[in-house]
Amino acid sequence: MSLTQNLCTPISSSSSAFLAHSNFNSRTKNVSLPAKRFGICKCVTAGPQEAQTAYKTTVSRNANMTKLQAGYLFPEISRRRAAHLLKYPDAQVISLGIGDTTEPIPEVITSAMEMRSRALSTLQGYSGYGPEQGEKALRAAIASTFYRNLGIEEDDIFVSDGAKCDLSRLQVVFGANVTIAVQDPSYPVYVDSGVIMGQTGLFQKDDQKFEGIEYMKCTPENGFFPDLSSVSRTDIIFFCSPNNPTGAAATREQLTQLVKFAKDNGSIIVYDSAYAMYASEGLPRSIFEIPGAKEVAIETSSFSKYAGFTGVRLGWTAVPKQLLFSDGFPVAKDFNRIVCTCFNGASNIAQAGGLACLSPEGLKAMHEVIGFYKENTDIIVETFNSLGFNVYGGKNAPYVWVHFPRRSSWDVFSEILEKTHVVTTPGSGFGPAGEGFIRVSAFGHRSNVLEACKRFKQLYK
Amino acid sequence: MLYCQLSSRFRIPYAVSLQPKTTWTSSNFSNEKSGHCTSVPRNANMEKLRSGYLFPEISRHELEHTQKCPHARLIRLGIGDTTEPIPEIITSAMAEHAHALSTVQGYRGYGAEQGNMALRRAIAETFYRDLGVKENEIFVSDGAQCDISRLQMLLGSNVSVAVQDPSFPAYIDSSVIVGQAGKFQEETGKYENIVYMKYGHDNNFFPDLSTTSRTDIIFFCSPNNPTGYAASRQQLKQLVEFAKANGSIIIYDSAYSTYISDESPRSIFEIPGAKEVAIEISSFSKFAGFTGVRLGWTVVPEDLKYSNGFPVMNDYDRIVCTCFNGASSVVQAGGLACLSKEGYRALSRVVDYYRGNAEIIVDTFASLGLNLKVYGGRNAPYVWVRFPGYSSWDIFSEILEKTHIVTVPGRGFGPGGEEYIRVSAFGHRECILEASRRLKNLYK
Repeated sequence: MSLTQNLCTPISSSSSAFLAHSNFNSRTKNVSLPAKRFGICKCVTAGPQEAQTAYKTTVSRNANMTKLQAGYLFPEISRRRAAHLLKYPDAQVISLGIGDTTEPIPEVITSAMEMRSRALSTLQGYSGYGPEQGEKALRAAIASTFYRNLGIEEDDIFVSDGAKCDLSRLQVVFGANVTIAVQDPSYPVYVDSGVIMGQTGLFQKDDQKFEGIEYMKCTPENGFFPDLSSVSRTDIIFFCSPNNPTGAAATREQLTQLVKFAKDNGSIIVYDSAYAMYASEGLPRSIFEIPGAKEVAIETSSFSKYAGFTGVRLGWTAVPKQLLFSDGFPVAKDFNRIVCTCFNGASNIAQAGGLACLSPEGLKAMHEVIGFYKENTDIIVETFNSLGFNVYGGKNAPYVWVHFPRRSSWDVFSEILEKTHVVTTPGSGFGPAGEGFIRVSAFGHRSNVLEACKRFKQLYK
Repeated sequence: MLYCQLSSRFRIPYAVSLQPKTTWTSSNFSNEKSGHCTSVPRNANMEKLRSGYLFPEISRHELEHTQKCPHARLIRLGIGDTTEPIPEIITSAMAEHAHALSTVQGYRGYGAEQGNMALRRAIAETFYRDLGVKENEIFVSDGAQCDISRLQMLLGSNVSVAVQDPSFPAYIDSSVIVGQAGKFQEETGKYENIVYMKYGHDNNFFPDLSTTSRTDIIFFCSPNNPTGYAASRQQLKQLVEFAKANGSIIIYDSAYSTYISDESPRSIFEIPGAKEVAIEISSFSKFAGFTGVRLGWTVVPEDLKYSNGFPVMNDYDRIVCTCFNGASSVVQAGGLACLSKEGYRALSRVVDYYRGNAEIIVDTFASLGLNLKVYGGRNAPYVWVRFPGYSSWDIFSEILEKTHIVTVPGRGFGPGGEEYIRVSAFGHRECILEASRRLKNLYK
C-alpha cells in the first residue's frame, strides 16, 4: 500500500510535492480521501480485529506531535487537487499554489555542479566530509554578496540544505522553554516547528490559534506590519520580509521599529529573508541593514527562490557574534554545536552550485530568472486589479495576495479550482488573519501564467 | 622501549580525560564587553553538553599539531572520512542530472520530502530484498547523522534511552540536546538518565541484556562504530526479543553493513519480529564515498506502533515534511546510480580496498606484540586497539606526537572506550602502509 493510502493525511508543512510537476513525486494522484475542510483523519491501518491483536511497543507517542493534528494546509490542497483530477481527468490543471520554481537553472550554475560531480571521481578532485558550517569560499561569497559593509562576516554564515531545515535547527537551539511570536498570516513552519519543540499549548479551534503563541496580525489595515504596541513580549519573533504569503516588504522604518521592539524586550528576531532579492530598490534586503540588529537578530535565507534550487537544496543562516543569550552566552556557539551534531553540512555539489550563483555571471543570471518571475507576478496583479479586486503583494515577492471580502478562503479556493482548474492557496491556511484572502504564486511557465489569468478573467468578469 | 615509558602517572580519571581545551560553559562568557544581552534564556540542555562534538575536537587537536609541527606529514586515521574517488558511473549520473536542471524538460523543483520513488524502490530491492521492507517505509535523507536528530525530535524529551558503551557520540549528544539525558555525572562520565550498555572483549562485544534496564529506545550499531564488531544472528535475536519483551524501540544503525565479510546479519529486519520493534538507519557515506555528497535513509516499518497504537511512521513522515525538504535531487540521482548493477559492483571494489587497509592495520598492531589487543577491522572499516592500563587520550596524544598519525581516543565514544583507540581504515593505500611503518617504528 502506498503511503497515502494507509496513513493519516501525509501532512506537509512545505509546499507539498504533490503539487510539484515532478517525476520524484511519491504520492499517487488517485487518492480518494474525503475532502474535509480541516481533516482530522483517523489513521486506520488495520481492521478492528487486527488492530486489537497487532503488537504495540510501550513507547508513548510524543505529545507535541499530537497537537499538530488540527487543520493542516498543504495535504488538504493535495487532496482537493487529486479529487479534482479524478473528476476532470482531462483538465489542464495549472498550479499557482505551491511556491515551486519552474524555470531551468542557468547553465553557469549547473555546469559548476556538473564539474564538481565529475571531480569527485578523480584523485585530486575528491573530497569527503566538508566543514559542517559550509565551504569557506561559499561562506565568504555569501558574506560579501549579501552582507557587504553590514558587519556580517564569513564566520557568521552557516551554509545549510535550506531555510526550512535551518528553522528547525534554530528551534532545537532554543528548546522548549521559550515563547514565540509569528506574523499572522505566516509560513506554517514557524508555528509547526514551535509545536513540535513543545513551545506551545493546544490548538484552539475557535480562534484557530495555538495556545502560547503570540500571533501578530498583518492586514491591509495595518499595512501588513504588526502594531507592535499591542504585541506581548516573547523570547523569539519570527518575521519574514518580503513576506510569504502576503508579499509585503517591510520598510526601513518598520524594521527599525521591530529591532527597537526586540531590543527593548530582550527578544531574538528570526528574520526570514528568503525572498529578499525580489524586493524593489530602496527597500531593506537584510535585517542587518538596521543599526543594532546584530544584537537582536538571526537571518535565514535560501537559494531556492533565487536559483531554482528548490530540489537542489541550499541555504544559509547568519548568526552574529554579538547575539547573546541572557547569561551572555553567544547564540552562534550553540548553533554551531547543533550544526556539528545534528547536521553534516550541505552537499558539496550543491555548494559548488551556490558558489557559481554568486559569481558575477551567476548573479546576473539569477537576476534574470527573478525578473521573469516578477513579470509573472505583474501579470497576475494586473489581472486581479482589472477585475476590481483589492490586490496586495506582488511588487516585492513572487506572491499575490488577493482579497475576497467576507468570503471563506477555502470556498474561494474551491471555486477557482472547480471553475478554472487553477490551484491556489487559501489564506486561512497561513493563519486566521489569512481568512478572506487567496495566495497566488507567480512561479510558472509564462504560458501557464497567461492561461491562468485568462481563466480568472473569464470567471470573475 | 617507548611504550614502557608510559607509566602510571599518565592514568587520568575518565571524566577529566575527556575535557578538551575549551568548554562552552556559560560562565566563560561575560556580557560586559559586548553590551546588549537578550533576555532569552539559553537552552539548559545545551549547557549539559560537556564539550564540543567529538570529531571537531579531533580536528582541533590535528590543527594544533600541524601548527606545532608544520613539516610533519600528517596521516589521518581519525575521523572516518572516505578518501577514494567515487566511481564514474555514479558521478556522471549526478553530472547529467545537474545538466538536465538547466533544460526545460529536465528541470525539477521540490521533490517528495520522503525521497525519489525510484530511489526508495532501489534501496528496498538492494538492501531489503525478501525482508518485506516496502519502498513506502523508506525515507531518503541527507545522511544518518541528520536522521538521528530527526528521530530524536520525533521521540521528544519524555523517552528513556539506552546506548552501547562505547558508541557513536551522536546518539548521546542528540539525546542530551532533546532533553532525555539528565545531568552529566563527573564521577562516572555518564549522563544520569541514559542507560549505558557496556560491551567489550569480556562479554563477546554484546551487552548483557539480563542486567540491562528497560528503556523506551535502544540505539544499536552493527557493524559497530567504534569497535568494528558485527553482531551475530543469535545476538540480534536476543536484542529483538529483549525489545519485544520490554515494548522498546530499537534504532538500528547499519551504516557499515556493506563492510561485513562473513555471515553476520546486514539488517535488523533479517530477524523475525524486528519490524514491530525496530527502525533502521543507514547511509551512502561509507559505502559510496558520499561523506561530502550527503545521502542516507531510514526505514520506519508500518508495523511499528506507539503504545496507543499510532504508527510511528506517520509522525516520522510529519517530521520529515516539516523539518526537512528532501535530499538534494542531484545527489539522489547519484544514489540511484550507486544501486545499479554496475554502480554497486564498482562500489564493492572500493569497499574491498578499504577492507584491505583495515587488514594491514590489524596486522600491524597484532605484530607489535606488547600487551595490545586488537579487535574489529574484519566487518567494519575500524580497528579497535586496546592498551590495557592506559588513558586513551594519552595514547592518542603519544601516537599523534610521535608518528603524526591521527586516531580517535576510545574515551570519546563513552566510558567503555577507555584504554582503547579507534583507527579508521579510510585512506590511500600508501598512507596506510606508511602509517604501519611508523607505528612499527614507534613501538619496536
